[in-house]
Amino acid sequence: MNPLRGLTAIVYKEFLHARRDSMAIMFSLLMPLIQMTILGAAIDTNVRQIPTVVFDQSGPISGSADSRVLLDRLRNTDTFHIVQLVHSDQELNEALVAGQARVGIKIPYDYARRLLAGDTAQVLVLVDGSDSSVAGQAINVAAQVGLRESLARMIPNARALVVDVRPKMMFNPDSRSPNFFLPGLMAVLLLFVTTMLTAFSVVREKERGTLEQLLVTPVRPLALMLGKITPYFVLGVTEMCAILFFMRYLFQVPIHGSPVLLVALSTCYLFVNLTIGILVSTKANSQTEALQLAMMTVLPSIFLSGYIFPRDNMPLIFQGISYLVPASYMINITRGVILRGADLPELWPDALALFMMGVCILLLAARRFTRMIV
Amino acid sequence: MTAIRTTDLTRRFGTFTAVDGVNLTVEPGEIFGFLGPNGSGKTTVIKMLCGLLPMSEGNAWVDGIDVRQHPDLVRTRIGYMSQKFALYDDLTVLENLRFYGKVYGLHGPTLHTRIESMIESSHIGPYVTRFAGRLSGGWKQRLALACAMLHDPLILYLDEPTAGIDPVARRQLWDLLFQLSGRGITFFVTTHYMDEAERCSHLAYIYHGKVIADGTPTALRALPDVTPPDTHRYEITVDETTQALALLRTWPGVRSATIFGRSIHTLLEQSLSAEALSTRLQEAGMVVEEVRSLLPSLEDVFVELTLRRQRELEALGAPK
Repeated sequence: MNPLRGLTAIVYKEFLHARRDSMAIMFSLLMPLIQMTILGAAIDTNVRQIPTVVFDQSGPISGSADSRVLLDRLRNTDTFHIVQLVHSDQELNEALVAGQARVGIKIPYDYARRLLAGDTAQVLVLVDGSDSSVAGQAINVAAQVGLRESLARMIPNARALVVDVRPKMMFNPDSRSPNFFLPGLMAVLLLFVTTMLTAFSVVREKERGTLEQLLVTPVRPLALMLGKITPYFVLGVTEMCAILFFMRYLFQVPIHGSPVLLVALSTCYLFVNLTIGILVSTKANSQTEALQLAMMTVLPSIFLSGYIFPRDNMPLIFQGISYLVPASYMINITRGVILRGADLPELWPDALALFMMGVCILLLAARRFTRMIV
Repeated sequence: MTAIRTTDLTRRFGTFTAVDGVNLTVEPGEIFGFLGPNGSGKTTVIKMLCGLLPMSEGNAWVDGIDVRQHPDLVRTRIGYMSQKFALYDDLTVLENLRFYGKVYGLHGPTLHTRIESMIESSHIGPYVTRFAGRLSGGWKQRLALACAMLHDPLILYLDEPTAGIDPVARRQLWDLLFQLSGRGITFFVTTHYMDEAERCSHLAYIYHGKVIADGTPTALRALPDVTPPDTHRYEITVDETTQALALLRTWPGVRSATIFGRSIHTLLEQSLSAEALSTRLQEAGMVVEEVRSLLPSLEDVFVELTLRRQRELEALGAPK
C-alpha cells in the first residue's frame, strides 16, 4: 500500500483553504515583520549615557579643579550622563530611589587635598543594581577611569601603557545590537508561524468532524500529515526570505555567509516546527488548547535556545535541555551563517540534528494520529 | 455474498464494554436500520466496521473482506456520512466534490463523469459554485451524501443522517436512499426517528452494547417478547389522558401504559377485557371515546424490549 496515498488531494484542498483565508495568511506573514521592525529599532543592548547625579564636596560651588578633571573623564567615556548636581547625601540618595538617576557619584571634601598630599583619595560610586547590564557597565567603566587616573598621577611622564590590551570585536566590529539579536529573533519568529498555523489547521478539522471523515477514506496518515504541512512549509520559506530581506536592507545587518545555504538549512528547522505543530494537534481538542500547548514550546525556545541568555552560562541540566530545543540549533545556524560566515562543513551537524528531530516527531505524530479518532 | 457480517463483535474501553458480542448479517441492497438509545454502542459498531476503531474481540467482514486483515481494502468499498456532514465550509460545492473524488484516487475524465452524475442525482447543479458553508441543512446533507457516494461505494454508513434537517428534506433523502438501494447499494443507517425505522427493510436494536432485537419491522412487531401470548394491546382515547394514565398504572392486569398524543397505548393481560377496562374508567368519571385493538408500533417494540432488558440487568445486579 502506498504510504502517501491521497497526498495530492490533501495538498489541493489545503491550498484552497490557504487561498480563501488569504487575510490570515497575510497577517501571519506581516506580524513577524512588524515585530522585527519594532524590536530592531527599539532594542539596543549597548549601555550608553547612564543618568548620573554628582555630589561634589571638594570645592565650595562647583568642586575643585581635580574633581572637575575626574568628572570630565567619566563624562568622556560616553557611559555616564551627568543629569544633576546635588548638595547633600540625602539628595543623592533620593535621586537614586526615585529613579532619576542610576548612578550617584560622591566626591568627598578632602579629595583634592589628599591628592595633593599624595594620599589615597576616595570616590564613592553608588550603582542602582536593579538592571544588571547597566550596573555591570557602570562599575567597570568607573573602575577603569579610576585606574587610569591613578596611573597618570603615579607615572606622570609615561609614554604609554606598558601592557596595551587591544580588544577587537570580531564578526560584529561596531557591536551593533541588531547584528546580534536579529539572527536569533529569526528563529523565534519562524517558530510562531509554523507551529501554530499547522496545529490550528488540524484542530479545526477535528472540531468540524472532517478529520473523522478523512480517516474513513483510503488516505494514509502520513499523506494526511505531509499534505497538511506542505502549505505552511511554503509559507515558512517565504517568511524566512522576507525576514532575511528586511534584516539585510532595513537593518543593514551584513550576511557574511551564503543566504542560499541559510534558507536551505532553515528548511530543516521549519520541518521540525511543522511536525511539532502536528504533534500538538493530536493532543489538543480545541484551538484554545492548541494555542496553550504551542506556547509551551515557544517559551523554552526563547529562554533556553541562547537567543537571550548564553547557553554556556546555564546550569548543566538546562544546557542538557537546550539540546532538545530546536531553536538552539537554528540560532547556531543563523548566527553562524550571518555573522561568522560559516559554511556547510561547520553547520551540517546542526542541520542533521534538526532533521532527525523532525523525523522522530513525525513518526511519533503519525502513531498518535492513527489512534486519535478513538 | 453478504454485505456486512459480524461475529461476536466486541469492544471494551478499559473495564467498560461498549459493544458486547454483536452478531449481524446485512444482505446487499438492504436498508439496514440500526437503532438504540444514545450511548448504546451504535457509533462504536460503525467505527469498527469502518476500520476506525480496533475490535477487542470477534470478527467483521465487509463485502467478504476481513476488516481486521485489510482495513484499507474495506475503505475503498464503503462510504461514510457522519451526522455532522463533514464538509469544508470554505470550499465550494464543486471543490468539495473534487476533493473527495481525489481522495479516493479518482482523476481526469473519470472524476469529471462521477461528479457530473452525482450533481445530477442530487439536483445540486444550481449551487455548484456556492460555498458549502452557505448551503441550508438539507442541501448540506445532499452534498455530504454526494461526497460519500462519489467513489461508488458498495456500502454506505449513515450516522443519523436526518438529525436537524426539515421534514421535506428528510422525505427527499429517504426517497433517494430507496432509489439507490434499488441499484444494489447497501445502507447502514442509524436513526432516532421511528417513522424512518419503519422504512427500513431490516432493523436491529442495540441496548447497552447488546443487540436485543434483529429482523424485519413486521417480524419485530410479532415478537412474543413484545406482545406475550396471554396479553393484548389496545389504544384508548379518553378525555382526561393524564388522570387515566395514572389510574391505569395502579390497576392489576395492566402490564404497561404510555401516552401517545391524545390516546393511551396499553398492554393488558388476558384476564382484563377491553370492556371491563372501559367500564371501570367510566366509573372513575371519565368519558371514554374509543377503545380499539392495536398492533404494536416499533416504538412500542423498542420500549418494551428496553424495559425487559433493564429488568433483566437489574435482576443480575448490574448497574443501570
